[in-house]
Amino acid sequence: MAPAPSSTYSAVTLNINGEKHTLTVDHRTTLLDALRERLDMTGTKKGCDQGQCGACTVLLDNRRAVACLQLAVAAEGREITTIEGVADGDQLHAVQQAFLDLDGYQCGYCTPGQICSAVAVIEEHAAGWPSAVTDDVRPEAGPPPLTAEEIRERMSGNLCRCGAYVSIVQAVARAAEADARARAVDGDRTADGSQAAKREGAAA
Amino acid sequence: MTTTTTGTRPAQAVGTAHTRVEGPDKVTGAARYAGEIPFTELAHGWLVLSTITRGRIRSVEDAAVLEMPGVLTVLHHGNAPRVDTGYTGMMGMSPDPTIAVFQHDRVPHAGWPVALVVAETSEQAREAAEALVVHYEEEPHNVTFSGEHPDAYPAPGVGGPGVTEKGDLAAELAASAVVLDAEYTTPEEHHNPMEPHAATAHWDGGRLEVVDSNQGTLWVANELANLFSLDPASVRVRSEHVGGGFGSKGVRAHQVAAVMAATVLARPVRVVMTRRQMFSLAGYRSPTTQRVRLGADAEGRLRALEHDCLSLTSTVHEFVEAGAGPARVMYDAPAHRTANRLVRLDVPSPTFMRAPGEAPGSFALESAVDELAEKCGIDPIELRLRNEPAAGPVSGLPFSTRNLPACFREGARRFGWADRDPRPGVRRDGRWLLGTGTAAASFFVGAMPSTAAATAEADGTFTVRINASDIGTGARTALTLIAADALQVPTDRVRVRIGDSDFGPAMIAGGSMGTRSWAWAVTAAADALRERVALSDGIPPEGITVRSDTTDAVGALAQKERHSFGAQFAEVAVDVATGEVRVRRMLGIFAAGRIINPLTARGQLTGGMIWGISMALHEEAIRDEGTGALYGADLAGYHVATNADVPLIEADWVDDPDPDDPVGIKGIGEVGIVGVAAAIANAVWHATGVRHRSLPIRPDRVLTAGPHA
Repeated sequence: MAPAPSSTYSAVTLNINGEKHTLTVDHRTTLLDALRERLDMTGTKKGCDQGQCGACTVLLDNRRAVACLQLAVAAEGREITTIEGVADGDQLHAVQQAFLDLDGYQCGYCTPGQICSAVAVIEEHAAGWPSAVTDDVRPEAGPPPLTAEEIRERMSGNLCRCGAYVSIVQAVARAAEADARARAVDGDRTADGSQAAKREGAAA
Repeated sequence: MTTTTTGTRPAQAVGTAHTRVEGPDKVTGAARYAGEIPFTELAHGWLVLSTITRGRIRSVEDAAVLEMPGVLTVLHHGNAPRVDTGYTGMMGMSPDPTIAVFQHDRVPHAGWPVALVVAETSEQAREAAEALVVHYEEEPHNVTFSGEHPDAYPAPGVGGPGVTEKGDLAAELAASAVVLDAEYTTPEEHHNPMEPHAATAHWDGGRLEVVDSNQGTLWVANELANLFSLDPASVRVRSEHVGGGFGSKGVRAHQVAAVMAATVLARPVRVVMTRRQMFSLAGYRSPTTQRVRLGADAEGRLRALEHDCLSLTSTVHEFVEAGAGPARVMYDAPAHRTANRLVRLDVPSPTFMRAPGEAPGSFALESAVDELAEKCGIDPIELRLRNEPAAGPVSGLPFSTRNLPACFREGARRFGWADRDPRPGVRRDGRWLLGTGTAAASFFVGAMPSTAAATAEADGTFTVRINASDIGTGARTALTLIAADALQVPTDRVRVRIGDSDFGPAMIAGGSMGTRSWAWAVTAAADALRERVALSDGIPPEGITVRSDTTDAVGALAQKERHSFGAQFAEVAVDVATGEVRVRRMLGIFAAGRIINPLTARGQLTGGMIWGISMALHEEAIRDEGTGALYGADLAGYHVATNADVPLIEADWVDDPDPDDPVGIKGIGEVGIVGVAAAIANAVWHATGVRHRSLPIRPDRVLTAGPHA
């Protein structure tokens, strides 16, 4: 059902995984419900609908956000990445491949949120963002070692009731190592520092 | 025509690590769970729950709500279709009347479903449900659970009789050199699978179709057929992917309400529980108050054992949290008494929750054994080994296998137990006091009759259909490996289809019995198919299908004590200034039958151990005596372990195939949680010198107790 725009409905254009979707939404519709119930993109999960479990984690302009606390009308103009947009075609993202290979899940319901979160965690860490367990938080200190403790802390917004945490930590670490290797190669290639500038941009 | 000769027999799949067959779908978001299957003309139902704890509904003011945008109907006790609960359901159990929604005006507990609002969109349904005014006649309630309930009564359950006793308890206690008498309590705990309960019901050409999230589709289909007086063949329930269950995903109010609305509106209706609604409608683990009395000689050999467990149930349904169960398996004594008692209160009905009985029962028993070891001055592992029974303490039956000593020896070696200083409160790391603890684990294992169909396809592949349920256990993958080995083909030629009541009778995903029961049927079908194919001169286009039914084979199993066992080890750090308890490392060694898929099995065992951490330190639902409802019924108020709460945990196993099972399986779903809370509590004692006999071991409890070392 797609009622005409009125005082309670508006037409919005959402930029999801690089594709524009125009739809008319009830102003009360969350981004999560717009994805799941209007756009048939059910990879983003509803675990609590009140921002407590992380199952609906998506990336908004490359930053983590819980889609249940985001109104669809407020997401217009943002670059939205969902689990459906993490892979490169048939090529799984390194985080997805690590979750698959290391069994970083059981029932799989929290998994899309965990994976979106992990993708962002690796970006945030590489950009030098500290966490609550980072010892040296001075801006010039640079990224702390991405230890298991750091990963656990940074991934704690995503509950997994099956208790797959042990392998989730291993999966994030493996993907982060692959990412760091790729960045080192990129860094060698881009001696002009454009990569570092891009990172700063992501962190801004 | 294709032949299926395979030439050389492929390497054995069972016992080697395989990633989940549905894994690519789960990591890309392609796997669709119950509330995610599209239906045209779908309407959305939203449950309205009582705001009182006991009384009567005087009126449901639905007129105003029916005028709201998009609202299609409001179902309540005044207009809902009638259902029949006078039947006997799965395993001889009567249905919990809680599932028979909207049948009368009584309210027996807080959060009782009083109406379902159905609308075109979920936003409209939710707003209308929140706007619906219901008038009540409120009556006084009693939700207070304590150790003092004069009206408590011994109650049998799935775990066995209410009371077992032998010998003269008073005499043996009096003659014991060492006696322990202690009370332990565990709180109300909730399953909280990540996927909320969700069902979509619709009528398709005279057939009721329900897409649901459950632990057994035929179980749900049969209950719905009984409730709505339908021919069982006219009800189909499917459950392809299930986002966790842990005992909570059986027949619940949401499926019944969805069927009612789909019937009334003649269109598909989806009902999804909110997280908050799950705290009243999805079942939970009863709180327990347990008393353990142990008497031993100077060498630590038990002369007397008594374990009494009091739990609660609702006023409308009897469910027993059989905490005294582990004592019937773990330890024998000349005088031995166990009792599971119940009290009825104005609360929702509790139900099976991961390791029902054993999880809270093992906390009390395995803490008590540790206390006894301390009093005797004997190492707690040595004391347990001295009390290994030769046969079932209550049944007298032999154990199928009991490799608990092997678990303790291997665990002790790997954990470094031999170097442990038994004195409490003497290890410090900065602000942290350090300690280690151990506990034994056990969980009943069994097999239930199941059917399967195996098809040799014309293209050289095989399809196995079994009404199994993969709630995160990895059952789909395990059955693929088992079928491949039985068919003697590589796993990539086997397709296992599950989660459809049309596939016929099979065990539910429960009681640690799913994979064993299904594997038996799959093996039987595959073996028979292989013989059939060998005799055929090719596969016809429609394939060759063989069916199996394990009813006779399972029924012929000899009576034995059949259990998985394990030894749990934990190291904790306790800050007595803040009350914080951190688990630093854990090791679990299990004797749990043949392990089918080490990759997923390890995750299931460590997942159970994480449940144990959560139970020991975090989980507690607090019921307000005044309102009769829970405080903070959500994932911010009810804490489950997060990633940051969990250290490196290792799980491993000793060789322990079940000699009476065709595949050697026992069961691993539940044993992982058992004993963990005791191992942690025992470690907290070792760190601080203080015994914590009430869960969870909250910071305030640690602070109040102070350092006693």
